[in-house]
Order: sequence, then C-alpha cells, then structure tokens
Amino acid sequence: MPKAFIYDAVRTPRGRGKPDGALHEVSSLGLIVGVLKALKERCGLSGEELDDVVLGCVDPIGEAGGDIARAAVIAAGYSYRTPGVQINRFCASGLDAVNLAAAEIMSGQHELTIGGGVESMSRVGIGASGSAWPVDPAIAIPAYFMPQGVSADLIATKYGFSREDVDSYAVLSQRRAAEAWSQGKFLRSIVPVKDINNITLLDRDEHMRPETDMQALAALKPSFSFFAEQGGFDAVAIQAYPEIEKLNYVHHAGNSSGIVDGAAAVLIGSRQAGVKLSLSPRARIRAFANIGSEPAIMLTGPVDVTNKLLARAGVRLEDIDLFEVNEAFAAVVLRYLQAFQLDLEKVNVNGGAIALGHPLGATGAMLIGTALDELERRNKSIALVTLCIGAGMGTATLIERL
Amino acid sequence: MKLENFSFEKDKDGIAVLTWDMPDRSMNVITESVISELNLVVDEVISQSSIKGCVITSGKINFSGGADLNLLSQGAKQYEVARLEKGEEAANVLFFENSRKLSVLYRKLETCGKPFVATINGVCLGGAFELALACHYRIMSSDEKSKIGLPEIKVGLFPGAGGTQRIARLMPTGDALQFLFRGEQLKAKAALTNKLVHEVAPTEEMIDRAKIWIISKGKAQAPWDMKDFKNPSGKVFSATGMMIWPAANAIYRRETFDNYPAAKAILHAVYEGLQLPIDQGLLVESRWFAKILRSKEAMAMIRSLFLSKNELDKGARRPKAIGPVALHKIGVIGAGFMGAGVAYVSALNGLDVVLLDRDQVSADHGKEAVNKLISASVSKGRATEADKQGILQRIETTQDYLKLRGCDLVIEAVFEERIVKAEVTRRVQEVLDPQVVFASNTSTLPITSLAETSLSPENFIGVHFFSPVEKMSLVEVILGKKTGDRALATALDFVRIIKKTPIVVNDTRGFFANRCVLNFIREGHIMLREGVPPAMIENVARMAGMPVGPLSLNDEVALDLGWRILNATKKDLGEKAVDPAQEEVLHFMVEQEGRFGRKNGKGFYDYLAIGKKSLWPGLSIFAQENFNSGLIDISEMKQRFLCIQAVEAARTIAEGVVMDPREADVGSILGFGFAPFTGGAISYIDGMGIKNFVVLCDRLAIKYGPRFTPPELLREMAAHNQTFYPETNSVFAA
Repeated sequence: MPKAFIYDAVRTPRGRGKPDGALHEVSSLGLIVGVLKALKERCGLSGEELDDVVLGCVDPIGEAGGDIARAAVIAAGYSYRTPGVQINRFCASGLDAVNLAAAEIMSGQHELTIGGGVESMSRVGIGASGSAWPVDPAIAIPAYFMPQGVSADLIATKYGFSREDVDSYAVLSQRRAAEAWSQGKFLRSIVPVKDINNITLLDRDEHMRPETDMQALAALKPSFSFFAEQGGFDAVAIQAYPEIEKLNYVHHAGNSSGIVDGAAAVLIGSRQAGVKLSLSPRARIRAFANIGSEPAIMLTGPVDVTNKLLARAGVRLEDIDLFEVNEAFAAVVLRYLQAFQLDLEKVNVNGGAIALGHPLGATGAMLIGTALDELERRNKSIALVTLCIGAGMGTATLIERL
Repeated sequence: MKLENFSFEKDKDGIAVLTWDMPDRSMNVITESVISELNLVVDEVISQSSIKGCVITSGKINFSGGADLNLLSQGAKQYEVARLEKGEEAANVLFFENSRKLSVLYRKLETCGKPFVATINGVCLGGAFELALACHYRIMSSDEKSKIGLPEIKVGLFPGAGGTQRIARLMPTGDALQFLFRGEQLKAKAALTNKLVHEVAPTEEMIDRAKIWIISKGKAQAPWDMKDFKNPSGKVFSATGMMIWPAANAIYRRETFDNYPAAKAILHAVYEGLQLPIDQGLLVESRWFAKILRSKEAMAMIRSLFLSKNELDKGARRPKAIGPVALHKIGVIGAGFMGAGVAYVSALNGLDVVLLDRDQVSADHGKEAVNKLISASVSKGRATEADKQGILQRIETTQDYLKLRGCDLVIEAVFEERIVKAEVTRRVQEVLDPQVVFASNTSTLPITSLAETSLSPENFIGVHFFSPVEKMSLVEVILGKKTGDRALATALDFVRIIKKTPIVVNDTRGFFANRCVLNFIREGHIMLREGVPPAMIENVARMAGMPVGPLSLNDEVALDLGWRILNATKKDLGEKAVDPAQEEVLHFMVEQEGRFGRKNGKGFYDYLAIGKKSLWPGLSIFAQENFNSGLIDISEMKQRFLCIQAVEAARTIAEGVVMDPREADVGSILGFGFAPFTGGAISYIDGMGIKNFVVLCDRLAIKYGPRFTPPELLREMAAHNQTFYPETNSVFAA
C-alpha cells in the first residue's frame, strides 16, 4: 500500500465569529482561497499537479453551499483540471477531509491531494443548513437528541467533573494558547488573511482571552440549564442515563469552544509526488479511524475511536508523544484524560478550541498542523488527533514523523 | 334520502339544517350508520342546486361525544379474517382504507363546494369535533357546559379524522401539540381565543347566526385550501421551527417516557403533515392512525380505561336483585385527612354529611380542610362561590353520635387501630338502626374481623379510599365473610354518587391494591440493597410506567409505617414472611437514622423548605464496590417493577380476592398508577401472553428470589393457552 505523506499544512488565524470579528467581512470562499493560494506558493505548485481537493464544511449552504471545494480551486488559481469535493462529518469534517485525501493516496489512485476545511460561522451561522436529527421525531426520539451543551453537561455529571474541574481546564487552555503565541509556536502554519490591497486583516487568533482566571469564569452563568429545563432535555438526559438524579450544569461560554471563522489545508501526496516537486515529507499519515458512539451523550466518541484506532494500527498509548483532543467542551477533554489516565503534559499542549476557537469544518485540518509543528519542535515521533462529533461519532488520525 | 340518525330540512332560503338526533341514545355517537348517512347528506347538498349551504346541529343537550369505541373490536375481527384470507399486506390495505373512512368523508364535506356550518352545543368531542373542524364555520354555544376537545389520547388513540392536520393549521404549532397531547376540553371563551371556533352565541341563536353567515359571506373554502395559506408557525425548517420541534420531541419523552405510541404519532403526523399540502397531510395522519389503532397499547387502554371502567362505573358488580338505594345523608366518623376528603366528595355530589369526631374542635378542623379544598377549586375557576356555600352548608360537624340519626350510610375513617374502630362501631349502633349500612375505611385491617364487633355483620362493609380522596378516583369495596348484598349495593350506589370507580374485592391482608403496591416498594428496597444507584431505581420505575419511584412513594406513605407493617407481618406470619434486604433497609432508615419520610422532612429524600427534594446522600451506604451501573439491564429492571406487581395481582385472582380481571386492571391503573399503557396489571400479563409471563417470572425467580414465582393458576392457564380476556380482543396485538 502506498504511503500518504504530509508535505505541508497551513491555516488562517481564527477570527472571532461575530459581526465585529476581523474575518467577518471575508467570505467562506475567500477564507479557503487564501490558504490554498498560500499552499500553492509555499510548495511551488504549478496548479496542474493536484488530483483532488477535499474540504470539510459543516454548514454547506448559501455562500458555503454547492461544493465550495470546486469553487475554491478555480478561485485560488489552480488548474481547472483540479476537482474538488466538499464533505461533512460535523466537527471532524476537516480531519475526515485530510483522511480521505490521504486515503486517495494510500489506495494508489491519486498522487497529490489536499485535505482541509472552511467555516465562516459568523456569516453562515451554526445549524444554518438544517438537520432532521433534532427535529424529525423519527430520529430525535430514538436517538435521545439533546443540544450538545446539554450532552457536555451530561458527561460532566456522569463522569464526575465539577464546575471547578472544567473551569480549571479552561484556564489552562487559555494559558497554553497565550504561551504558544508568545513563543511563536503557531507561526509556521499561520497564513495571515489579507484584503485585496494586501493589507493584513488578521494574523493572530482573535478569540483568546489570556487574562482568564478562575474568578472571571466563576462569574459566568451555565449556558445550558435554562434550555435543558424548559425544553425537556434534562429529562431526556436522565432517561438515557437513569443513574443520574439531576444534571450538573457546568459549561458556559468560557469553558466551551469558541465560535470563530477560519480555514485550513494540508498537502498530502505519495513519495513520488514529493520527489517530483522536490518537497521532503514532514510526516506520514499512519492510520485513521471513524466510529459511531452512543448518540445521547454524543461527545464521548474520541475515547471509542482511539481504542479502535490503536488496536487497528498496533500502536500502544504510551507510544504516542502528543495528543490533540478537540476542546469542544472542557468535559470532553477531561473524560478523555480520565478514560486513558493520560499525562496532561502530552495533551493539547498549546491550548485548544476553548482558547482559540473551533471553526467547525476546518478545525480537524488545523489540529493536524498544530500537532505536526509541535512534534517537530520537540523532535518527537507520533501524534494522535481526535475530535468528538455531533450525533455521536469520533474520528482520529495518527501522524508519524519520518 | 332516508335518515335514521338525522333529520334534514331545507328552509325557504335554500339553507339545509341537518339535526343529529340518534334514536334510543342519550348521546350522539359516530357509528357506521352515522358515517354512511352523513355521506348521503353531503351528496345531497352537492347535487341539489337549490341548496345553498348546510347547518349541522344536534337535537340533544350535547352535540356528540365522538366515535363509538365499541366499533373498534369489529375492525379487529375484520382484520384478522382478511389477514387469513388475503395475506398481511392486503389486510393492512383494507384496514387502512376502513380506518380513514371518516377522514375521507370529512374532507369530502370540506371540499364539496357549498358552505357547512357546525353549531356546537354541550360537549363536542373527538370525531364529532373533527367534523366541526371540517366545517367552514363553527359557532359555539356560550353555555358554560359547552366544551370542545380531542380527548382520544386518553385512551391511547389520537385524532385520526383530520384533527391533527386541521388543528396544526389553526393554532401555532406549540399550542396545537399541547392541545392534542393533553386531550383537554375547552370552554367557548378559550375555544374562541384559540381560533378553534369562529363565533360564540347563545344556544338558541346559533342556527340563525349560521344561516346569516351562509347567506352573507359563507365561503365554502377552508383556509388551508386558499392559495396564500401559511401555517400559523411558518415552515417546519425555519428559525421558529427550531424553537419548537427539538423541545417538542424532548417534552414528549419527558411526559411519556416513550411508552405511548399514540402521543408519538401526534408528533409524526403534525411534523410530516405540516410539510405537505392538506390532502397529503390527511393521508399521512391516516397512516399513523391505522398503525396506532392496531397497537397493543391502544387496545389495552381502550379496554381498561374506557370499556371496563365504564362497565364498573355503571355497576357491573352490583347485585341486580337489590333496587336503587336512596342515599341523601351520610355520616362520616373521623374528621382527619381521609374523613375530610370523604366528606368533601360526598357534599360536592349533593349528599348531606354529618362529620363527627371525638370533639367539636377536631370535627371543625375537618370541615376547615373541606373549605380549603373547595376554595382552591373556586380560585382555579372550577367551581363557583355558590357551589362552595352549598357544600359547606351540607356538612354538619359534631361530636354527638345522636346527630347520626337519619343517615342512610355511615363511613368511619378513624385511626387504624382495632380497639378504636370497635368503639366507633359500638357507639354508632347505640344510636342507629342496625339495618343502616356501616362502612369502614381501612387499608390494612381485615373487614371480616372488624365486622365481628358489629351487631349486624351483614351490613358491615369495607370501603378503601385512596389518598388524596378528592383526586384518586378508585374505591376498593371489600366484602367481609358475612357482608350482605344490600350492603354491597349501598356501597356501590354511594361510590357512583361520588363519581368514583369501584372494584369489589374479597377480604384479605392488604386487599388488592396495597398488596401490589407494597411489592413495588419492596422491590425498590431490594434493589437499593443490591447496590443499584438510588436515582436509577427511581428513574427506571418511572420509565417502566409508574407515576413515581418506589422510594418517593415510600417517603409519601411513611417509612416507619412500612417498618411497623413489616414487624407486624413478622410477628403474625414468622421470620420468613419478610424480606431480609427490605428489613435491613428499613431498619437502617427508621431505627438507626430516624428517617420517616416526607412527614419528618427526611426519608430516602431530603425535603428542604425551598427547592426540589433530592436523594439523601447517606444512601451511598448501600452502594456496592465495583458496581457498574452501565452494566445494569434497564429493561430487566423495568420488568422487575411491573412483574412483581402483576404476579401479585394474579395471586389475588388465584386466591379469589379479585374476581374479575377488569377490576384488577382498572384498579391497578386508578389505584396506584400501574403503567397505564399496558392496560393494567392483568392486561400486562395477557399482553405478553401468559406463557411468556410465566417464563419471565421463573427467570426472575431464579435470579432474584421466589417472590417472583407465579401462582399455579398461571401455569395452568399457560398450559391450556388461556387468556384472562377473550382471544378476540387481543388479535390486534401486532
């Protein structure tokens, strides 16, 4: 089986996902075009070499609808012979795009591909593309649908994470992200977003609040208690997990992932493709896996998919040098740490989505770059990237430096 | 056109008045013949060019109670015949077509091109209100007694003749779902506010107003048939829809634990229907209706909560040889919580009451409790100030037994102590003719032994009210060995007057209801001792269909009472008669921790002055190390909760305590809330098949103890493929 190598990884900084965010004026297309252009330039691509561009996008509607990947390759100046496809596996879409792009290489069908993703949450809006899941009784009822925040509170309740636990983790995420920025750790991957006059709109993650401390977080009210109680979701949680008497509402805006705008792309190819372009591979995609997990609690998929991935790849937990576990909610990461008894010094070492934000369709691809940069800096070998996914799924990828 | 159920007259202006007035019935109901005659009428209105429009009215006090539920068993038989002859799909097609006849008829009326007006007097429910909804204009009588509603959900059905589609096109989706889910009845004012009727008028003016509407503006087009029609809440997939539907699905689960397919069918029919044109929406509704009509739950609920309950209410168990007993004045002895409740429901239903206690202050205290109950009713708008005054005037309080003279029935509700009860019996007989029936409200003491203190045990009977009396609609009537037919007839006539449902049982420890309930509570204790998390015990019991968990229930009835009963049982019947796990739990709670339940603010739960009760953390003493709640078989836990009650119900039948499965079913639902969707404790057994139930019980007995061992009666019935109810009623269970 041919191996799939990572030749480069780039991302935009993440703009605050609000009308006053720096990237709000940039369209979804503009965001992804920026990173595709950068990749082309950095890797010396002519634009003719690519076999496919796979992009994740969670709300592919309106300006982001209708296969934005195909639009992006043309607008970015690639050859019209470069096809593009948009995929959606909710929050893991960006990682799944990388995995699929790698699979095209591993299967021997393609030589050079891009996997990435884009989400302008400020412009398109979360949930804008609609879904049967929460609405149609035929699925909402048997799946015990509840909003993700309620599921996150359910994880905290079931696995015993207090408000203090989740807030402490959030403070850590902010501190780590701030330190990473102050030491320039993200610079290798960051592509500043510029306007048509080449004026920089954003060159640094905008959502961060490095000054966050426990006291500041303690002042925030739980975000999901009202909806859970008024909307009946607390009862749904309890019927799914009847050992629970009542939900402990611990999550709020300060310990949940930030709503942001951003895009990312990873250049993946065969050994041969690298040789042709005189690029040396930075790492290889060693293995990846997908799994469905219990849909009511919804966000515990990273644990299940990690078990599956390690078993299939024949890799032991202790062989892994770094973990990127998407910080959708603090309890998701705490549950992962608890399930595997992991050393916190190996997990999300440069902060995560709580501090930096989670541009849904792009995050997975961003985390590949973040993990790779850090492996290189530490001169370590293996990293595992995983994300929890709406509707109860998990995706995970193992990358290994050569 | 020859009509039996209606009269049809045309006036000089060409307006037809169709008066629904079925012969030999006090209430109009929808039958096969009503459906076919209505079809003829619609054809007539269409074909006669001189007819401008039609007013539908009722010739009775009420418009109509809706469809005749007795009809449904006919459909069951037809289905079974068709299935055997033509195969399953063909039978399903036939059943589907038949079950949507009414819906098709109403749609035909709605689109016939001429205006129809419904004038609604009295109650107009179910299929009859769906008829009104298909009319182009609805006028409702301003009379207080006029009510509209779609109560089908209460017997496990849902409105299947256009109700879900038209309601969801008249009301905002959230309101529509609530109206359909609750099955509540609305008076004229509320109906008008909710736009379910167009106009409210005095009864006698309704027909004239209907004619005026037809002549002046009568448009034979429903709003949803107009080109620019929009659903009141807009599109399902919209920002508004996202506010409604996820919560609606969750609230469905919160309220039903996903045990009631008819409620879920409402969600489906409205969700799917609102995304379709009305004709397609009606089709989808019909598909769900056919499915629900064939559901085990609907069959069981119709049988127990409608048919059986009505039969019991009408005196199925009353000795026929005894004529109606004249009851005008009753005596209630003991003005505590129970006594006051009995006095209240009696006075509420027009009886004069002598409320007696050992001193005037206590008696007055009881009347004050009645005052509180009726005042609450008044403030909620359910009764008038005049009702209140009437009730209070009918209750006379006293400490003097002589005042009981003239009572047609005496009910004692004094402390559950033999000596106290015997004393009351003696003092009553000192002042009253021994022919006056004496009823003892007891939940624990055998009636036969209490009757021994009476000079005329044939006139001594047990009436076991449930607490709180004003809310609980069941009365267990207990026959002592010597209780005579006249006493039974008197008790049943009394129960009928106070509008409650009686079941008649023979004398035994705990009678019927308490035997089952105590088993339920004990199962909770045993689970706790096994190490099942307390929250799981409570939640799974509710998921099984019980109204409250066993620990909550125990807190309400008091733990020390349970502890006393356990000790008494041990004393009377020996060490083996009590469960050691239960004994351990109650000993710890009552003796060691002094936790008696809600009454002292601490039981299995902590009760705080403000906020919700919460499980007492001290229960963690029962937790088992390495107990993984994720490995618990939830469905088996549910079975334990229902089985342990059902097997007891079967024992009461085997022992001859309960003589009629209808009484066990109705009694179990009304008395202690046994999972209503099963149709009751005996229907639960019949529903899964006696053979399967015996297998289940045997399996549980091996795993959890002999308390699950089924009585021989069940083994015999299983061996002979018998059922408690006739086979024909269960062919639907598909």
